[in-house]
Amino acid sequence: MACFLVPVAEAVVTTVITKVVESQETKQAALKGANENSSLEMETRIPFSRKLKWLNNLLWGGSALLAFEHLWHGEVVPWFPFLTAASDPAAASVMLSEMATVGVSMAALVTAVWGVMLLVTNAMESEAQRASN
Amino acid sequence: MTLLTTVFAAIICTVIWYKNAPHNEMKIGILCWMYWGASLMWLVDAIYEYAELGAEYFTPAPLDMLNDFYLGLSVVALGLIIWLVSLLITDPKGVIRVALLKK
Repeated sequence: MACFLVPVAEAVVTTVITKVVESQETKQAALKGANENSSLEMETRIPFSRKLKWLNNLLWGGSALLAFEHLWHGEVVPWFPFLTAASDPAAASVMLSEMATVGVSMAALVTAVWGVMLLVTNAMESEAQRASN
Repeated sequence: MTLLTTVFAAIICTVIWYKNAPHNEMKIGILCWMYWGASLMWLVDAIYEYAELGAEYFTPAPLDMLNDFYLGLSVVALGLIIWLVSLLITDPKGVIRVALLKK
């Protein structure tokens, strides 16, 4: 009914976090610029902001296509209150319950897959760093 | 059927992306993220539906299947449109810029 709103909410939060992390990394890179060892480390390690962008892309991309599916089924309309279930209290309760179950599971699965991607890339980065030392 | 269509789109895009890596001029990665994100979300939807319907989930009515396939194709088309717009706006090969500046 509106399950895609949960991943959208997560995407908003992660996008803000990405911007903050990105600005911090830019500052740190400027400070460490002169250090040779840190520049080698930067070459073998993917910045965390870039890894966060993977999660953002999964969440925003998936949510956009799911929003279209909801539009297709008439669950989302281009006029107020935008969600057809929101105008009826009984349907709104079902919608909220669906968001709490299906929506949260969707966001959790996407985040879990991203977590696995992080573990794999971290292992690959460590290996690359060991090889370069 | 929508899940299956999107998964196939995601797999095809990932293969194309891998074939052209590390060159990413066509920004195929955008399509990969979009289709994989949607596939994961629809997978959760499918799991909940399976929990509710049981084995019946795998024997949908032909009309429902056709409608879901139609939706899946529309979703793939929407993804392609988003990718195309993003590609033309970012213009990584500078083609649009050259075409606009050409007199």
